Amino acid sequence: MGYFEMSKLALKWALTKPPTSRYPFEPRRALAGSRGQLVFTKDSCVYCTVCAKKCPTGALLVNRAQKKWAIDRLRCISCGYCVEICPKKSLDLSTSHGSPAVTRDREFH
Amino acid sequence: MPRTIIPFGPQHPVLPEPIHLDLVVEDEKVVEARPSIGFVHRGLEKLAEKKDYVEFVYVAERICGICSFIHGQTYCQAIETLMNVQVPPRALYLRTAWGELSRIHSHLLWLGLMADGMGFESLFMHSWRVREKVLNIIEATTGGRVIFGSCKIGGVRRDMNAETIRNLLQELDAIEKDMRQITRVFLDDNSVKSRLSGIGVLPKQEAHDLGCVGPMLRASGVAQDMRTLGYAAFKDIGVEPVTRAEGDCYARCAVRCEELFQSVGIIRQALEKIPDGDIAVKVTGNPAGETIARTEQPRGEVVYHLKANGTKNLQRFRVRTPTFANLPAMLKVLPGCDLADVPMIVLTIDPCISCAER
Amino acid sequence: MNPEPIELITLDTLLDKVRAKREAGCRLVQVSATRLPDQVELTYSFDLNSRLASLRLSLPGAAPRVPSISGIYGCAFLYENEIHDLFNVQVDGMAVDFKGNLYKLAVRFPFGSTQAPCAPTGAAPAATPTQ
Repeated sequence: MGYFEMSKLALKWALTKPPTSRYPFEPRRALAGSRGQLVFTKDSCVYCTVCAKKCPTGALLVNRAQKKWAIDRLRCISCGYCVEICPKKSLDLSTSHGSPAVTRDREFH
Repeated sequence: MPRTIIPFGPQHPVLPEPIHLDLVVEDEKVVEARPSIGFVHRGLEKLAEKKDYVEFVYVAERICGICSFIHGQTYCQAIETLMNVQVPPRALYLRTAWGELSRIHSHLLWLGLMADGMGFESLFMHSWRVREKVLNIIEATTGGRVIFGSCKIGGVRRDMNAETIRNLLQELDAIEKDMRQITRVFLDDNSVKSRLSGIGVLPKQEAHDLGCVGPMLRASGVAQDMRTLGYAAFKDIGVEPVTRAEGDCYARCAVRCEELFQSVGIIRQALEKIPDGDIAVKVTGNPAGETIARTEQPRGEVVYHLKANGTKNLQRFRVRTPTFANLPAMLKVLPGCDLADVPMIVLTIDPCISCAER
Repeated sequence: MNPEPIELITLDTLLDKVRAKREAGCRLVQVSATRLPDQVELTYSFDLNSRLASLRLSLPGAAPRVPSISGIYGCAFLYENEIHDLFNVQVDGMAVDFKGNLYKLAVRFPFGSTQAPCAPTGAAPAATPTQ
């Protein structure tokens, strides 16, 4: 049985710099392997529609005839399945999360 | 003595989870607890008819936000059993390491909530400070903080190279040191002890009869841990279930504290012994047959009952989450306790109501 | 992985079989139901020293009824209420009967019949059981 077990810990941290960061002024550093926003490279895409077919949430929409690639950011779960199966490596996950989506519109490329 | 009914939840400061209890109290003693759950039933079992079995890994991972990895792992294991897939050993070791990391982060989260529940705010902050370090490891190695997304049918998605493993083990040493300081407060401090000891006592026989699982069962002295079944890399890494005899809230807290260090030991062993080789095999075809897979979640045993008929969609996908099995025991323990102890008892089963309702 | 034995039983032997499990010191792991086109399958799984053994009960697809095992295993009431709410299986004599209100569902008895299943995606044919 001990008393004031917490005091040592509390005292130590009263004298140490806080482990939290001052968020808006000090942006969060992205970790190297983090799964963030999906990035599309238009140049190499052949509009094969594999990503749209395989997307587990149906966030992607590809029109082969019009050469359009679209994403619904609110549906995307950044799972990276499309990145894995893209035959032309046109898709990539960046480490940052990007700005929040505020509308339900699809983003066309 | 007149009886009063006091509603507890579905929104309650101590528990941001949608469970509602009608507590029948006499003076300050609870004489009966009538539960009502089902506020957030999501119908994930029905979703198996819409999503094919490969996509369903993502759904399985999202059953719970805290023990997500082991849900995905269990689902993959069940499908691999159905399809007779031999998973490469390296993938099994990685799954084990990630599974134990998720256990550490879940237990630290619970310890924080427990400290918060008994009004020990600084301890809550420190538990979560350490948890954040674990989350950083998880994010660096899998890409997600709580939804790992690294398990797939036939293996895992990401590998760890030698340098990552070295850094991870170093970081783990620091985390272990931090956890020692925190758990010392939980286990030895007088204020914590007197708040938790002797409350919500669940005798061994009753715990077994009521179908308890996980720390709840082990805290009552039943040495049952699904990791001893030897799934993933546990066939090479021995696990000795952590048990306590008392069966009270303090024992449940102590079991979880000790499991933290057990998990650290397992991660060390797994990453030191990890064999080289592929991390995934290609899986083709559709599953057929029926299987029941069981693994040990941070909260206890999870059961996946899968039935497939050779099509892309599973015929039946059924999950029995640990909280669902622990609810009857909670209702059994509540009568006879003080009203002020109700939050402690409800918290010590580590309730995850959303995952109980799927 | 070791295969889990599943023993087929009938409605009239259910309670005796479950009682025998209880006397053998088994822990009730789960009760689950599966909706097949013409019947409902109930699976009662028990654990004894980390070995899983199941009892399998087949009920007719229309208006299935089953006696409750909550007199033997008190904790079974949650599983049985769940099966009632999702599968429309009438369970007689539950220790705690939520009367269909365990889950607040948008659709009553989502697994209640095979008449209106969700359309499977892709080229997968509609569910045709092999067993």
